[in-house]
Amino acid sequence: MLYSILIYGTEGLVEKLSPEEREALFGKHRHLQATMREQGKLGPVVQLMPTTTAVTIRGGGKAPLVTDGPYTETKEALLGVYIIECGSLDEAIEAAKLLPLDVGTLEIRPVNWFGGEHLHAGA
Amino acid sequence: MADTGWIGAALAAARPRAVGALMRHFRDIDRAEDAFQEACVRALRAWPDNGPPADPTAWLIFVGRNVAIDDLRRTSRLGPLAEDHDVAVQPDMEGYLDDRDYRDDVLRLLFVCCHPDLSVTDQLALALKIVAGLSVQEIARAFLVAPKAMEQRITRAKRRVGAAGLPFETPSTAERTQRLAAVTKMIYLMFNEGYASAGGDAHIRVALCDEAIRLLRLLLGLFPGQSEVMGLLALCLFQHSRHRARLDRNGALVSLEDQDRSLWDGVAIREGSVLIEKALRKASPGPYQIQAAIAGVHCAAASAADTDWREIDRLYAALQEFDPSPVVTLNRAVAVSKADGPAPALAMIEPLSQALDGYFYFHGARAALLEEIGRLDEARSAYETALTLCSNAVETALVEKRLAGLSKKIAVPVG
Repeated sequence: MLYSILIYGTEGLVEKLSPEEREALFGKHRHLQATMREQGKLGPVVQLMPTTTAVTIRGGGKAPLVTDGPYTETKEALLGVYIIECGSLDEAIEAAKLLPLDVGTLEIRPVNWFGGEHLHAGA
Repeated sequence: MADTGWIGAALAAARPRAVGALMRHFRDIDRAEDAFQEACVRALRAWPDNGPPADPTAWLIFVGRNVAIDDLRRTSRLGPLAEDHDVAVQPDMEGYLDDRDYRDDVLRLLFVCCHPDLSVTDQLALALKIVAGLSVQEIARAFLVAPKAMEQRITRAKRRVGAAGLPFETPSTAERTQRLAAVTKMIYLMFNEGYASAGGDAHIRVALCDEAIRLLRLLLGLFPGQSEVMGLLALCLFQHSRHRARLDRNGALVSLEDQDRSLWDGVAIREGSVLIEKALRKASPGPYQIQAAIAGVHCAAASAADTDWREIDRLYAALQEFDPSPVVTLNRAVAVSKADGPAPALAMIEPLSQALDGYFYFHGARAALLEEIGRLDEARSAYETALTLCSNAVETALVEKRLAGLSKKIAVPVG
């Protein structure tokens, strides 16, 4: 079985930590990555850019509506994630519009850092 | 204890929203700051055992408000409320506060700091103290003054702002736009205060750049559709991305051309690029967006020789439309000299000689163009004028180096 781990937290908090505290925090990330990688069980790992870089796409009647900022409705659940490579934000928005918009909202958030491995799901 | 450090960071992140809400509640800056401070003390006591509350900002506002009301009752001899009732209560704030509620509170908090009666330094010091939550010591260090003097400045500034009356009514759309413009400019000045510094103390002032970027992220988070805020954040990220390359080992300023580009911060550059793309989609250009685009062209060049000077020339032309100032023309001339050679650039700046007579960079740039064309005696005279207008040792060293190079050319004519 593949599992995803989703990380939630207050923005701007990590920058306020002391270098030692930040190092301890990143150390835990590196530890998990190393542990899973050794066993061949590490998939993609991404660190996202701040939400100020995000746009949100809603199914808006005839044409999808693109607004600035992240998706903030906390009563809805995160259902899935894509990582795609695009030459520009416009390209990413066009790609996202290919997805069904009548049953969900999409947020596009650029990736700050991409790591991890390619994983072949067993089943 | 590592946990306490984490709490400190959480309190710092919550501060602008919490102090903004408390100031609306009490209509008093000092009371709001004291209430927040007291709430932080209680958080440090309660959170290590109970874990952080679901909504730390709401918790801090709730506790801060109760503590201050308690305090008010005590001083007015109405008797205190039940002991420590506030820490025991975990306010159920779910679905109660979101960023729409904080928008005007945070904007107001920033806006009172840029009161026109205050000098720019006082405005910045006040914003760093009240909104960013820096200590007086930290602010004093950033402005290279004694802590005692900075404390007096901040106290005086607060008194002045308080006496002028704080704007508590909900702003109209026009007022909100005007406040946003004033606040954005103040943050721009904060960034420049840190960025323009050079020499041995520059690393201290990086704090001003960091805080300006944090404040812009905060502002853009609350006003996500503001393309000029996006532009300014992108501009600051691009400029700041080079900070490790801007000074050499001796603390001397390294020109853009000579910087080691591998020291540039790629993460900041990518973030700036995305923000510019977002802003462009809104098709509502402005001076910050254009300046950011110019900085972005520099950041995108793998080497100084790869710089797209034609694009920079085009962007400066667009900037002139918004800001037809001689300084913008001077900057454009630098791009023109790179793209088309020194002669048209010199022709572009000669008409500015009166307007920019007291400006160091004008004489420096003019001297460099004259030198490139081969009018060496005029170049020397322009460098000498520039030398009299230097405002710091780094600039003086730069001009002296150019003058020395020029003397060699004059003494030993080539060819």
